[in-house]
Amino acid sequence: MNLRPYLYSLSVLLLAAVLSVAIGSVFIPPDDLWRVIAGRTPQAVTQAAFIVSAIRLPRTVLVALTGAALGGSGAAYQGVFRNPLADPYLIGVASGAGLGAVLAMSIEWPYTAPGMLVIPLAAFTGALATILLVYFLARVGKTVPATNLVLAGVAVSAFASAITSFLMLGSTGELHRAIAWLLGGSTQVGWGPVWAVLPFMAVGMTSLLVSGHALNLLQFGDDQAQQMGLPVTRARILVLLAASLTTAAAVAFSGIIGFLGLIIPHLVRLRYGADYRRLLPLSMLGGAAGLLLADVLARVLMAPQELPVGVVTAIAGVPFFLWALRREKSQGLW
Amino acid sequence: MLMIEGLSVSFGPRRALHSISLEVHSGEVVALIGPNGAGKSSLIRAVSGVVPVEGGRVRTNDTDLLAIPPLRRARHLAVVPQAVSMPPAFTVWETALLGRTPYLNFLGQVSAGDEQVARAALAKVDALPLVARRVGELSGGEQQRVLLARALTQSTPILLLDEPTSNLDLHYQVGFMEMVCSLAKSDNLAVLVALHDLNLAARYADRVALLVDGSLAAVGTPPEVLTAGHISEAYRLPVEVVPHPFAGTPLVLPGD
Repeated sequence: MNLRPYLYSLSVLLLAAVLSVAIGSVFIPPDDLWRVIAGRTPQAVTQAAFIVSAIRLPRTVLVALTGAALGGSGAAYQGVFRNPLADPYLIGVASGAGLGAVLAMSIEWPYTAPGMLVIPLAAFTGALATILLVYFLARVGKTVPATNLVLAGVAVSAFASAITSFLMLGSTGELHRAIAWLLGGSTQVGWGPVWAVLPFMAVGMTSLLVSGHALNLLQFGDDQAQQMGLPVTRARILVLLAASLTTAAAVAFSGIIGFLGLIIPHLVRLRYGADYRRLLPLSMLGGAAGLLLADVLARVLMAPQELPVGVVTAIAGVPFFLWALRREKSQGLW
Repeated sequence: MLMIEGLSVSFGPRRALHSISLEVHSGEVVALIGPNGAGKSSLIRAVSGVVPVEGGRVRTNDTDLLAIPPLRRARHLAVVPQAVSMPPAFTVWETALLGRTPYLNFLGQVSAGDEQVARAALAKVDALPLVARRVGELSGGEQQRVLLARALTQSTPILLLDEPTSNLDLHYQVGFMEMVCSLAKSDNLAVLVALHDLNLAARYADRVALLVDGSLAAVGTPPEVLTAGHISEAYRLPVEVVPHPFAGTPLVLPGD
């Protein structure tokens, strides 16, 4: 097995993680950072130690997990729909998950332990309902044309967002804080969200990582995949469940972040080819690195004010999306 | 050997296949012919288990092929589809190795033995020099050979081919059918091939099955089935059948 793509992606991820921990309203020099991580904390760096371990590090981990989830589920949606424009945001799954989460929040605000679990489960339900709806709206016979999927996704997404806004405006108090969250900013601090998101991401991403071979077979169409031995319906349902669980976990704790799940798998595919057994893990590593960098930008572009990271990914992602759309139309292949 | 027994298929209210019975022996090439819409592709798809059947069975020896899960079925029976809309970004090597799926775990990890089988299959179809190329860069004839190699990589005793020659230039058509026939003899495969071109069927098939409106109208050797009477009636077109000047097989010519 060729390890170079993995080593390369891992080193980019490591670099992005160091930047993410070091940069912020208080800059932490790399040598202090090293001392904190190594556990040697003289008096001068206790403030740095606190910032790193209580604020920066948990945020870095949460952002990396979210990016990995979006990169991986984007690659999986593209594979299962055989559609290069699929992205958790563009096909509406993220908004559906957001609606589910806000519905749950309007009942209970997530600072208690069970609350932390209710939100992702509600987001998962919203994501599944959306993916089913979009799939049946976009389907033509047995295929799902690229532009149909995006059109249906945008329509359903707009509808879910409208209901979300309605819920938030109609309520008072705590739910207003959800607005910042929905735009893709990690408003919750500390390790709580990391521990809460971890089980969902572990199950979802592990399921995606073992689906590479099935996704390779599905690229040949349902008939051929089954003739080569794949139980097609079961495989497709498993991948959709895993991708939607992964997306929902990301949305429940980090809000709606678009286009990352489109850009990262595209770049990986251009560089390292179409084999999903490689594409899925590399998209996760790349997604983590990409979102960390976007998050650093969100913190420094208008410092001391902090931009929602979803704004950064959209500004970078929309031109990329339009380029991919043109490419898909002109070549009809991918 | 492949035994199709009373197979019936319906798509909604329309009955596509009426109680088809047909045997394909090991080492034998049976050509499935008939006008467009007669049910050639439906029969291939039904036998390979991708469309639900209404009645009848598909057997090999004692195994009921439609009653077992896809993974086990794929060890008995491989299909060569038409080379249209193949995922272009896979390499020839990756595509051929996917044929080993029925013998792999769900992660798709291949062993040295699997690679050996894939290499041998690619060698049989003269595609070894193409292994590193992407499928999208290949000609139609090359893509069709890669799909044949993928099916051979499944190491099955039964091979189904769905109009494999209809998008190929003449010399590729002849070369491809030569290859299929010699593989049937050398590897003792039971081969059922849907063909559009009657003269290709006459030249390469051991037996011919004529499908008309979802029913078998005739089964037999090429001279028995490819008669002016059968063909005129099936295709609603007057035809002449003359002996092939070199091979002596029937040659079907549209009349007027």
